[in-house]
Amino acid sequence: MIVLEKRPQPSKLWTAITPVFAVVATMIAGGIMFALLGKDPFEAIRTIFWDPLFNEQFAAFSRPQLLVKAAPLILIATGLAMGFRAGVWNIGAEGQYIIGALSGAAVGLAFYPTESFFIFPLMVIAGALGGFLWAMIPGLLKVKFHTNEILVSLLLVYVAEFILASMALGALRNPEGNGFPGSRNFKDYPSAFNAELLPNTGLHWGVVAAIIAVIFAYVLFSKHMMGFHIRLAGQAPKAARFGGVDPARLILFCLGTSGALAGLAGLFEVSGPAGQVSIDFNVGYGFTAIIVAFLGRLNPFGILLAGLLMALTYIGGELASFMLGVPTAAIQAFQGMLLFFLLAVDVLTNYRIRFGKRKVA
Amino acid sequence: MKRRTILAGAVAALALTTGAFADGHAKTKVGFIFVGPVGDGGWTYEHNQGRLAVEAEFGDKVETIFQESVPEGADAERVITQMALSGADLIFTTSFGYMDPTNAVAAKFPNVKFEHATGYKRADNVSTYSARFYEGRAVQGHIAGKMTKTNKVGYIASFPIPEVIRGINAAYIHAKKVNPDVEFSVVWAYTWFDPAKEADAATALIEQGADVILQHTDSTAPQAAAQKAGNVITFGQASDMSEYAPMPRVSSIIDNWAPYYIERVKAVMDGTWESTDTWDGIGPGMVGIGEISDAVPADVKAEALALKDSLADGSYHPFTGPLKKQDGSDWLAEGETADDGTLAGMNFYLEGITGDIPN
Repeated sequence: MIVLEKRPQPSKLWTAITPVFAVVATMIAGGIMFALLGKDPFEAIRTIFWDPLFNEQFAAFSRPQLLVKAAPLILIATGLAMGFRAGVWNIGAEGQYIIGALSGAAVGLAFYPTESFFIFPLMVIAGALGGFLWAMIPGLLKVKFHTNEILVSLLLVYVAEFILASMALGALRNPEGNGFPGSRNFKDYPSAFNAELLPNTGLHWGVVAAIIAVIFAYVLFSKHMMGFHIRLAGQAPKAARFGGVDPARLILFCLGTSGALAGLAGLFEVSGPAGQVSIDFNVGYGFTAIIVAFLGRLNPFGILLAGLLMALTYIGGELASFMLGVPTAAIQAFQGMLLFFLLAVDVLTNYRIRFGKRKVA
Repeated sequence: MKRRTILAGAVAALALTTGAFADGHAKTKVGFIFVGPVGDGGWTYEHNQGRLAVEAEFGDKVETIFQESVPEGADAERVITQMALSGADLIFTTSFGYMDPTNAVAAKFPNVKFEHATGYKRADNVSTYSARFYEGRAVQGHIAGKMTKTNKVGYIASFPIPEVIRGINAAYIHAKKVNPDVEFSVVWAYTWFDPAKEADAATALIEQGADVILQHTDSTAPQAAAQKAGNVITFGQASDMSEYAPMPRVSSIIDNWAPYYIERVKAVMDGTWESTDTWDGIGPGMVGIGEISDAVPADVKAEALALKDSLADGSYHPFTGPLKKQDGSDWLAEGETADDGTLAGMNFYLEGITGDIPN
């Protein structure tokens, strides 16, 4: 008989090694799935996890791309983790990402074709501010009228998508674009372009911002009073109130910070890798970041690793898709398995497995 | 610039591998970038049929690779680059949103040939190609105008780009010609493929009294919605969608990319590939009209086929004056036909269409 026994404290050891377990379990289950699809499972797994990093044909290009793909995920997830720890559920990072991108892009395009060093910093500020203000809508509504921030922030994503479509077709449309939707390409506007800082490294300002955000979040959680309040509010809301934590201030801080970080991610993406405001500019980073935040156990450094791992499965998945003909849906199922196993092995962190006979009365 | 040199190194390495192909030993590698899943039953499905036709035509001499459901943005550039790095000789990028990414990657891989569907930016190693779908829309409009009893035609549009607007205009003027009372309601779905959204749009239009649904989106969801409602007719889009015939699907516009893909792959094999701009219609066979079902009366069917023949042999142009723009200003004088430049950038409705193009 196998019995699960709750641990008094989540095990530190298991917290650290369960992600490795999950990755191994995903490889096994995914390998079986690929085999059933008639693909060589070892080749498929190698293509997903090894080739983007070490294949001599691709790695020089795809290794830097890992940073490009992971940066917005890490930036957004770090912000979300603060709220999630405090029990403030910002599900609408995708919307804040869009509004941040639009605000920043609008500032940049307003200066076109002026070249000056202050344009990009202004865009960064506008991007953060745009995301911040968009997150303040669910924040203020929650504080003033006790609305549910999950619903409000999520529904505002759809509003943001319509604003994006309207901007791509109207105010921000490239006047020299032959009537087609989409803004000017920032690649052709050096002062506003978020270029690679070091050639061929994938390192752009968004990656730098992501690393800074991770460090700041770590310091906040471990050293700062606000971090203590966040944890307290999440673990023991009543105690937090007696302890003098102002819930309204905490809600606004968590939503505002995550909104600003999501806005920054959008700005760095639109002015760099994406290059332009287009109707379907957003590809779900705001939602994927929720997964990344939990994969990383809401821990800033965990999120850093989780973001990179997620990026690896995306890029490796693309390689597997066209090199081996694995259907895109199978790749998505593979990513889903990874999340599934990570959450499943959590049992080992919180529970101890006991083998033995149950006593019969 | 260092990036460029490193990539150039990769290109040189590729040139070595493809050097073997000149001896006739290695296969020609052809890549395809798809915007939807290959099983969408519409746009991507037909491009994939074209890919399969290339394989069938050249057999062992060719290897095709493809990536489905590639988002039109930063991800596209990465996927196209990886495909070029994998040694592709020719890459077809099959959606408008891949225009800037395709050209950006092409600049880094001068020895790889690129073909971008429905765009307007070309380079020495980038061709563009598209089909004159609006010719098919004219036939569709004719049947729609004859068949509607409520005089209300619903139109599920994707994005307000010239290709889509051209289709609405072509369908409208030909419906109006045979039925002066006809009205068009256009719903913008802002997607090429989203069965749930397309079904919602179709249902909403049917509830507003439309008994003909035209679609410029790729899934069969509107067909299913029309079938459920009964007494509503539809047309297959991009693909024949014949599983919904004879009702609600009474005909279709079929994209037939196979001849073009085979021709271009052959050009790469022969070393005669050049950057071109292709825009073919019913005549050369790039646009097909699917079997008109028995739900359409015989006389209407005969008229529609006659219209199709006149489009195929070039004796009739779908945009022939007199035509006015929506605001009442003159566009084409009596007997004048539209030039390709204006059609390519068409961003206005013609007289009689209600509503605004979103912007």
